[in-house]
Amino acid sequence: MSDHPTGDHLPATVEEPIANPGLPAHTWRPTDVDPKAERRAERQVASLFGASAVFTVLFAVSYFTFEVGENWDTFMGLGASNVFLGLTLGLALLCIGAGIIQWARKLMADEELVEYRHPARSSDEDREGTLQALSAGLEESGIGRRPLIRNSLLGAVGLLGVPAIVLLRDLGPLPQDTANAATGGGLRHTLWGVRPNVRVVRDVVGTPIRPSDLIIGDLVNAVPDGLFDLHGRELQVAKSKGPVIVVKMEPREIKSGGNWAVEGILAFSKICTHVGCPISLYERTTHHVLCPCHQSTFDLADSAKVVFGPAHRPLPQLPLGVDEEGFLVATSDFTEPVGPSFWERER
Amino acid sequence: MSIDTSKVADSNRGTAATTAKPAKVGAVANWADERLGLGTAMKKNLRKVFPDHWSFMLGEIALWSFVVLLLTGVFLTLWFVPSMGEIEYHGSYDPLRGVGMSEAMASTLHLSFDVRGGLLMRQMHHWAAMIFIASMMVHMMRVYFTGAFRKPRELNWVIGCLLLFLGTVEGFTGYSLPDDLLSGTGVRAADGFMKASPVVGSYMSFFLFGGEFPGESIIPRLYTIHVLLIPGLILALIAAHMLLLVYHKHTQWPGPGRTEENVVGYPMLPVYMAKAGGFFFIVFGVIAVMGGLLTLNPVWKFGPYDPTKVTAGSQPDWYMGWPDGLLRIIPGWESVIFGYTISWNILLPVLVMPIVMLIVLILLPFIEAWITGDKREHHLLQRPRNAPTRTAVMVALMTFYGLSWIAGGNDIIAIKLHLSINQITYFLRGAVFIGPIIAFIITRRWCISLQRHDREKLLHGYETGIIMRSPEGAYSERHLPISDTAAYTLTARERETVYSPESDTDANGVAAPGTRLNRLRSRLSTLMYADNVQKPTAAEIEEAHHHAEHDAPALPAGKSGHGTNGEDFKGIHH
Ligand code: HEM
Ligand code: FES
Repeated sequence: MSDHPTGDHLPATVEEPIANPGLPAHTWRPTDVDPKAERRAERQVASLFGASAVFTVLFAVSYFTFEVGENWDTFMGLGASNVFLGLTLGLALLCIGAGIIQWARKLMADEELVEYRHPARSSDEDREGTLQALSAGLEESGIGRRPLIRNSLLGAVGLLGVPAIVLLRDLGPLPQDTANAATGGGLRHTLWGVRPNVRVVRDVVGTPIRPSDLIIGDLVNAVPDGLFDLHGRELQVAKSKGPVIVVKMEPREIKSGGNWAVEGILAFSKICTHVGCPISLYERTTHHVLCPCHQSTFDLADSAKVVFGPAHRPLPQLPLGVDEEGFLVATSDFTEPVGPSFWERER
Repeated sequence: MSIDTSKVADSNRGTAATTAKPAKVGAVANWADERLGLGTAMKKNLRKVFPDHWSFMLGEIALWSFVVLLLTGVFLTLWFVPSMGEIEYHGSYDPLRGVGMSEAMASTLHLSFDVRGGLLMRQMHHWAAMIFIASMMVHMMRVYFTGAFRKPRELNWVIGCLLLFLGTVEGFTGYSLPDDLLSGTGVRAADGFMKASPVVGSYMSFFLFGGEFPGESIIPRLYTIHVLLIPGLILALIAAHMLLLVYHKHTQWPGPGRTEENVVGYPMLPVYMAKAGGFFFIVFGVIAVMGGLLTLNPVWKFGPYDPTKVTAGSQPDWYMGWPDGLLRIIPGWESVIFGYTISWNILLPVLVMPIVMLIVLILLPFIEAWITGDKREHHLLQRPRNAPTRTAVMVALMTFYGLSWIAGGNDIIAIKLHLSINQITYFLRGAVFIGPIIAFIITRRWCISLQRHDREKLLHGYETGIIMRSPEGAYSERHLPISDTAAYTLTARERETVYSPESDTDANGVAAPGTRLNRLRSRLSTLMYADNVQKPTAAEIEEAHHHAEHDAPALPAGKSGHGTNGEDFKGIHH
């Protein structure tokens, strides 16, 4: 390809076997030759701009006319204010856009220009000059001759990465520092373990549950007693670890996990062991629960083993008992971390 | 066309229109130039030439939707409160009045129901985000399919890949801000992803959330990332992208007068500026109409985030769908090695695959350049069919993406089509591997047959659809030669040579170092080029036309020309 006139930075062979006929001749548009067409196009463009101005005024009118808030669903099932603001703003913008483009297509010069390209590479002289300047600069700095200075500088600057990382340390506590069995803190504790025999209470209403309240096939969402005394951050954290699903089934249908059951009632963590969504869909005939996020399916009659989907671990089971007043309680905390797996989980 | 040019409108005259107020404009220009010295740069760039093609608008859509994101985003910051502090909602939306929620959620509701135009801006912001990411993707495919990423534009390809990645992360952080049930579910999953990272997983989670999930810090932190950090990076990368575009000058389609050495089109001032500027208003306007008419992310229907609640069919925004799909269909693999847990089921689909995909995309131009050994600049675009292997690679990647994305909606598909979710999952597990291979083979073959069709047209003309009956009673279709312009455009492509390692062997036949690599390179080069149909030579065209003249007036049917067809053509460039 070195025979190419402009050097070897370009492919050379595109102009065979048919010779380049060259740019076609420019053809005039009706608006170029017919003054009437030209004036018509001019009027078109100006009317589009005029229409835009009208829509802008309508936008302001809509802003002050339509209330938001109470009567927000008054038009096509959508807020009237929203519909009219969107339409008027949109049309105001579209008219300007259409007008400008029409102007460019019909009235601005449409003769194509030709511009020549140049290789991205600089000329040999420039490269030479740059290299010389560079080596002169480096030479004068003495960076090559004084490795002691160079290396100590590199070391010092490199070490400045340390403050940048150290400064981030207080973003949060270390996982092990939050571990606290007495408050249910950390990755391995929940509110179920803060004292012996924490009652299993219904989600939302907070009432305790007697085994006899449940019939076969029931599923109840429950939380540890005391959760509703918490607020803010503590409440949110407790809610992300504590919830359980309580189910009742025929004791003979329980394949495993029955030693932590009370009268066929079992409790499992509601937090999916995959990435932590709350499990929700229960099929009472098969005792399967399905996680709505990625469809992991667990068999509650068989220690909540994974029967389908991307989760690896069974849902942790909560050991159940009954207190002296006859209410369901947890005899201990979960015996493993709830929720998604993590690196040091088995340690 | 002969024309009385005296009637021609002023705009096409060679001389500049006389300025109406030379004094004023000149004075301003003079004031600015004496301080900024822009005259020199402006002289070159004001009339810079931009070629025109509909597909060059795709990048513009991305650019303009980013501008819309900036404008609407700033509006949202005026009311949005990035705080997880808990308050009771007392705004105008009845069903949630009295409900406890974070200030972030309450301010999003306030924006939606009590600020006039607030809902419009929220919806425009979200629609613009979707259009931004979608147009970047389509723009990237255009660049790839046409070979516009080749030297000297590889760096702009890399910048584009980074922009797509950053845009996706930006979208995810924005989606999380309102702190509604859906976005909280997404953040919860992100916490699970982080915890699955080897060694540092739980530390990362505790640092980002300021303690245990969900903590009180994640929304303010995501907010800073969303309104400052990532937009800043995106802005800087867009600026670099545009500068390089101007420096390299735009690529163009080959055609009469359009060569590797020139660029043909309209000048920046006025035509290109008007068209691009007008197009900004069109993009903005379309987004405004969408924001007005199409409800998006109605957070008030989902309610505030509560870690104990979830809605069925919960889905991230569409651009996060493909890793989510892989996450759904991967089997539940997890191993414990020396007491440490490695969750392959999370690690592979959401932490490894997106990064691998990004790296593969970034490397595509460099891999191709290595295989072809091509170190020349390319300014003419290629039709996808003329690079069958390249086209097939992208179609294979798109097939992988599409199947993964479908997997992200497996529950919805199961419900809509009454299929079993298990069957869909098992099917997709195989399909994400086999689908791309099939797509690759079909696309490559298809491109080659289109090339053959082009060659046929060059040699024997186009099919007129007129059926001729010969005196012997045989039927044939009449072909007519294509125009010179069309013929030139079809042949404005290179002849390709397959790389062979022999050329790297020294005179005594001793293999040069790195020969195994070279053999791989030669095999890939064969895959890339050997089956392609090359354009006919002048002699072949001559012969075909000669042949045709003999059978005149009716040109013979294409069948008679098969001897010179691409089938046995590949021999000549081995
Ligand atoms: C590449 C650019 C951007 C993308 C892809 C993006 C995406 C998003 C998305 C998807 C949302 C959720 C919207 C909803 O439905 O409520 C959002 C919210 C938000 N964005 Fe952006 N955004 C971008 C740039 C910006 C910028 C530059 C700002 C401000 C300077 C901004 C400010 C906000 C605010 C304040 C919210 C929360 C509003 C609310 O939830 O009501 N965004 N963003
Ligand atoms: S979080 Fe339950 S399956 Fe993914």
